[in-house]
Formats: sequence, C-alpha cells, structure tokens
Amino acid sequence: MSNDGIITDAKKRYSAGVLKYRQMGYWDADYVPKDTDTICLFRITPQDGVDPVEAAAAVAGESSTATWTVVWTDRLTACDSYRAKAFKVEPVPGIPGQYFAWVAYDIILFEEGSIANITASLIGNVFSFKPLKAARLEDIRVPVALLKTFKGPPTGLIVERERLDKFGRPLLGATTKPKLGLSGRNYGRVIYEGLKGGLDFMKDDENINSQPFMHWRDRFLYVMDGVNKASAATGEVKGSYLNVTGATMEDIYERAEFAKELGSVVIMLDLVIGWSAIQSMANWARKNDMIVHMHRAGHGTYTRQKNHGVSFRVIAKWLRMAGVDHLHTGTAVGKLEGDPMTVQGYYNVCRDSYTKQDLQRGIYFDQDWADLKKVMPVASGGIHAGQMHQLLDLFGDDVILQFGGGTIGHPAGVQAGAVANRVALEAMVKARNEGVDIKTEGPEVLRKAAQWCTPLKQALDLWGEISFNYASTDSSDYAVTPSVS
Amino acid sequence: MITNPTGRITQGQFSFLPDLTDAEITLQVEYGLNKGYAWSVEYTDDPHPRNTYWEMFGMPMFDLKDAAGVLMELNACRKTFPNQYIRLMAFDATRNTESIVMSFIVNRPKTEPGFGLVRQETNGRTIRYTIHSYGTDKPEGERY
Repeated sequence: MSNDGIITDAKKRYSAGVLKYRQMGYWDADYVPKDTDTICLFRITPQDGVDPVEAAAAVAGESSTATWTVVWTDRLTACDSYRAKAFKVEPVPGIPGQYFAWVAYDIILFEEGSIANITASLIGNVFSFKPLKAARLEDIRVPVALLKTFKGPPTGLIVERERLDKFGRPLLGATTKPKLGLSGRNYGRVIYEGLKGGLDFMKDDENINSQPFMHWRDRFLYVMDGVNKASAATGEVKGSYLNVTGATMEDIYERAEFAKELGSVVIMLDLVIGWSAIQSMANWARKNDMIVHMHRAGHGTYTRQKNHGVSFRVIAKWLRMAGVDHLHTGTAVGKLEGDPMTVQGYYNVCRDSYTKQDLQRGIYFDQDWADLKKVMPVASGGIHAGQMHQLLDLFGDDVILQFGGGTIGHPAGVQAGAVANRVALEAMVKARNEGVDIKTEGPEVLRKAAQWCTPLKQALDLWGEISFNYASTDSSDYAVTPSVS
Repeated sequence: MITNPTGRITQGQFSFLPDLTDAEITLQVEYGLNKGYAWSVEYTDDPHPRNTYWEMFGMPMFDLKDAAGVLMELNACRKTFPNQYIRLMAFDATRNTESIVMSFIVNRPKTEPGFGLVRQETNGRTIRYTIHSYGTDKPEGERY
C-alpha cells in the first residue's frame, strides 16, 4: 500500500502523467475536519476491482479540484486548500459492494450564499464518474460560517403562524382536483368550498401553470374571490398557494406580482425551476411579505433510489438555506414513497434549531442551524381523516396536512370533506393535549367525534380502512452500534 | 348570520368542537404549563381576521404555575365582558420560537354577526376586497 499513499515530494507529485487520486492528496485518513469545513457523506458503489479508498479519493477529487491527469498549474495555487479530503470509508451495513465515504471541503471552495455553486461542486461531474457504478449524496454538514451567508426562509414557520393567526395545531390544506381541465371559474368554486368548510389553505397542483383550459390570471382572480369570501364567512385568514411557476424568470415575476396585487398571502413554486430561480424568488418574497410554498416536483428522479442520486434530506437542507417557507416532505402513511423514520428525518432538518445525529432517521451529522428560520413541512398525497392520529403522532403541530382527494372526494361535497378533516384534527389535538395516548386510542377519539359530526362519520366509513403499506425503497442503512463520528 | 358549517367564527384551535367546559380548558392550560408556556387572557368586540391585538385582560401570567389561577383570570374576564370574544393564548419564550404556541376561543357573544365582503371593482377584472366586521358599525363597548 505504501506506494499508493500521498506523494509529498513536490517534484514527483507534479511530474506529468496520471496518478491515483489518493496519491494526489484527496485521501487523508488522519484528517480532522475543521469547524468551517463542509462535510459530505457519499454512498458509493465502486466498479468491480476499484479499491473503495481510491474510489472515495476520486469522489473528493472530482467534486473539488481534480482532473484526470496531473497539471502543473496546480502549483500556482494553495492547492492543498482546494483539495477535498476523503477521510473515512466504511462498508454500508448489510449491502455488499456499497461504501460510505466521508469527504471534507474547505470553506474557500464555495461562493457565499449560492446553492447553485455548492451543488455544481458536490453533485456535479462526480456523479457521472466512470470508476463508480453509482453514487449518492446521503447527508451534508454545512458549517455555521457558510450557513450564515444564506438568508433562509423568507417568512419562516413562526412568522407564518403569526400572520395567519393560527397556533397550536397543524394547518390544513387541500390540493384542488382534478389537476387539469377546470376553468378558472370552476376552479375557484373548489377553493371557496374547501376554505369555508374549514381548511386553512388550498393549493394549485404542481403542473397547473397556464394551460389552454385556464389562463393563470383567470385562475388567480377567481381563486382570490374564493379566498376572500371564505375569509369573510369564517373570520379566519385563508390562503391558496398560487403557483407562479412559468417558462422564464420574467413570467415568474409577473405572476408573483399579480398574486401580491390581489392580496394573496402565499405563492407557490415548483422545484424544477432550479436553484437560482428559487433564490431569486426568496429575495422577491422577502421584499413583498410573501410566504413561499415549494412543491418538490421532480425530486423522485434523484432521491428515491438508495444507490444513486441525492437524499431528500440534503435537498431539504439546501432548500431551507435557499429560502422556502413550505416544503413537501412526505407523509409516511400516504400514497407516496417514504419510510416513517426517514421521513421524520426530513421534517427535523426543516424545523430543528439544532439537528442531532440520528442514524435511525438517516441523519448522519450534527447540524447547528445558527438561528436560520424554520421551514413548515407539508404532508401531502393519499392521506385522509382516518389517519389523523398517526399523522399528529409522527409529525407534531408544525406541519401542513394536505388532504386533496380526502377533502374533495367526500361523498357529501367539498365543504363536508373540509369539516371532517378539521373536526378530526381539532379533536385529536385536544385529546393529545389532555394526555390521551393518541397512537393507540386515536381511532376511538375519531369514532367519538364522528358521533356528533356526520361529515367525519361519512369520511371514516368511506376511507377508514384505506392504507398504503408498500415496502419503502429509501430507508436508512445504519449499524446498530454506529462507528460514525 | 354566519353561514359556515359551524355557524360561528372559527378562529383558534378548537372552534369546530363543542365549547370546552372549564374542566376541559383546565386540561389544556395544564398541558401548556407543563411545557413552560405563559398564559394570557385577551378579549375583543372586533374579531376581524386581521385585528391582531385583542385587549389584554392583564399581563401574560409568566410566574403562574397553577391552572386554577388562569381559570380565575378567565372567569373574571368573562364576568367583566360576558358578551365579547375571549381567547386564551400561550406564549413560548424558547429561542427560535418566541411566539404564541396555543390559542383558542373560550367565550363568544350571544349572537355573532360575522363579516361582510366589500368588493371594489378596479382595473380590468381585478377586485379589491375589504372584510368588514358588522359588529364594528357601532362604537366600542356597544357592539353586541
């Protein structure tokens, strides 16, 4: 192994040719990460015959300064600072051929306040690198020094609650259905009924922008009539996430400006608009007292498979830094992918002031959030009133529960669906606060409330038995006695 | 008349449930006290959704550890303002929270007139909306 170690003699190190990455200085088993270093945990699957340590060094190299051959121009720079350093490699427990690799990055590698720059390094070329069959960024520790260059959520969940005057319970939402085809006028009807019935928010779907059946201005105008009418009918602040996603930044700004002009408390963006657009809109939202709802459309293409891509916990951290107020983070009990513990891990990185290492939830690093505002997680997709006790138990108060089908599909209509959800929610929060063990006694709490609330009874009769119990593809791999430091 | 399914203003944590009894309110207050929150009693005759500052019936009870004390304050407020909206609010001073963490209505006027929506037509199809409290057509103190 000695001839594979780092070459310290400068003349040899920089003579033209091809060296192993570990020889070039991208592997240092003795390296102690600095408080100002960014630390990444990659899950790598080296090609057959590729040594895992060399593969880890290659990841460090390709995500920082390395190119495939030695370049003399390195010697014009303080190149040791710029080399990321892989400092630990361990087999993934129970999965042959996969390894966890820890890599540290000096703070000089990244531009201040730019997620685009961070991602271009950390998930740039390295993910197409041939010596690896697959690679996944599992988790990231962002140093406080770098974190402080980001402004974070424009509103944050605390101020959002103050603006909405809603405290001590999860918020309730619903996505307007059908996703496509409703005219503006028909669409606004669903908004009005849902909000008047008791929901706090209604939501545009991620693929509602400005299609032939409904121009965006028409949607915004009718939706805001529904929102204001429902607000007057209930005495509550109400909102509807107006999706301002468009083809260009100019379109997005134009739509957001109109939403503001109409008095909307919230706008919505799809993740697919990209990091720079998200950060631009976070700035816009800060200037315009706006809550930003982020729909994670597209994330499943790179977050779902355990062996390749980026874990959603990393995406959630980047989005909190980039500046969104709401983030879809999964339901664990609904129709979309999500192991309950792993999903709780996503919630924690959205809402914690300090996230402690928690291997069962897939959290590999302590993360000091340095007072960065908190993101409100959103549970959406195939959930219904009959799961209220599970949802409250899993996620607590600071979450938006979105019942789309579970509101609009109610046999007695949209208002009745909203009533069922709001009654189930309030009854469950009240019972929990009274000391009832809702995990076991939750169904009984719901049954009791259904005795005086017919819409809830109808909802439970229709959906009470529906569950989505499929094996999850993305659960945490951790050793029972962790050696992770 | 309020036409939403509850027939009343639905602010706060428990407006969709039957009115909480004093025993039930005590349990909620105890839940908050156990978490270290400070309770406060507030009242108003203008429950407009954007009327943030209801009147304080005394200061938040920072040093009170017994739910009975909070109930005493609440009942004193009910006696003074039997026909107004009264809410209990819990404050959490934890760093990065430092805000209200519970809030629910514990007293209402006999009749709740609710709100009207005033529409002002402006440019194009745009409408400016004003939510108007029917109650506030009369002066403070004479509303219900």
